[in-house]
Amino acid sequence: MKIGVVVFPGSNCDHDCEHVFKDVLGQYVEMIWHKETLLAGLDAIVIPGGFSYGDYLRTGAIARFSPVMGAVKEFAQKGGLVIGICNGFQILLEAGLLPGAMLRNRSLHFICKDVHVRVENAATPFTNACHPGQVLKIPIAHADGNYYTDPVTLAGLKANAQVVFRYCDADGRVTPEANPNGSLDNIAGIRNAEGNVLGLMPHPERCAESVLGNEDGKLIFLSMLESLKKNKKPLKMVEA
Amino acid sequence: MKAKIHVTLKQGILDPQGKAIEHALDSLGFKNAANVRVGKYMELDLEEKDKAKAEVEVKAMCEKLLANTIIEEYRYELGG
Repeated sequence: MKIGVVVFPGSNCDHDCEHVFKDVLGQYVEMIWHKETLLAGLDAIVIPGGFSYGDYLRTGAIARFSPVMGAVKEFAQKGGLVIGICNGFQILLEAGLLPGAMLRNRSLHFICKDVHVRVENAATPFTNACHPGQVLKIPIAHADGNYYTDPVTLAGLKANAQVVFRYCDADGRVTPEANPNGSLDNIAGIRNAEGNVLGLMPHPERCAESVLGNEDGKLIFLSMLESLKKNKKPLKMVEA
Repeated sequence: MKAKIHVTLKQGILDPQGKAIEHALDSLGFKNAANVRVGKYMELDLEEKDKAKAEVEVKAMCEKLLANTIIEEYRYELGG
């Protein structure tokens, strides 16, 4: 598979994503500078973590207007798989590819630690290698991960099984204590209504090989490859 | 023309920075201070003499980039 990793000024998890897809999973990876406007021949796109544009104004607020984002939007509209991790999630929210917004963490602290998330929907292209309710240990590293959306949108997310990951304790209990940042409904990751765009705050690329002592994150990337293999066919065109 | 723009979190959305400042004020003895809200202040020069046109432009800037209207509200003053 050919995976595109978008690089913004200030991205800093781009090479970790490249490493996982290339060296751990043996895929072809193309690094895509944010000035690019054409994305040809890619099977999936990763919007990596970091501090695009120094987080100025709001996280992701300026990156969403980078030239590449028009192409990412088009790719997503044609049904291409897009995963946004941490700052990538924030960018997808600002771009309107996913609903909602990020607030500063409830504690006001930058939090960098392992957390547990429960797989709420295992029937997505990003979680098909997991079983429903499986608990994954994945690190977070962010100051603005406090997910917020209005009550109507939240109800829609729940009704359409768009909440993919929730913060939980080691036993899978979704509790206020297990919520590291104040996210609404313990939300750690959501997908769009069509199901081909995922955003999550935890960093699966930081725990995707045995040498790191934790391979839970690998399940997400394996799911993507599995889904791509199954659906390897020309992307359907969007009706004008 | 100068535009002065204020962006704050909407009422009803928890403002953790505001809360922290409120507690600090309280502990310093400023018992009368309540409902502290933290926001951003931006100012910019506009190459536009017509106030109505300037207003349309500044509003568009706020809607598109300067504020995230899911969580924030904005207000502006034009003058000078």
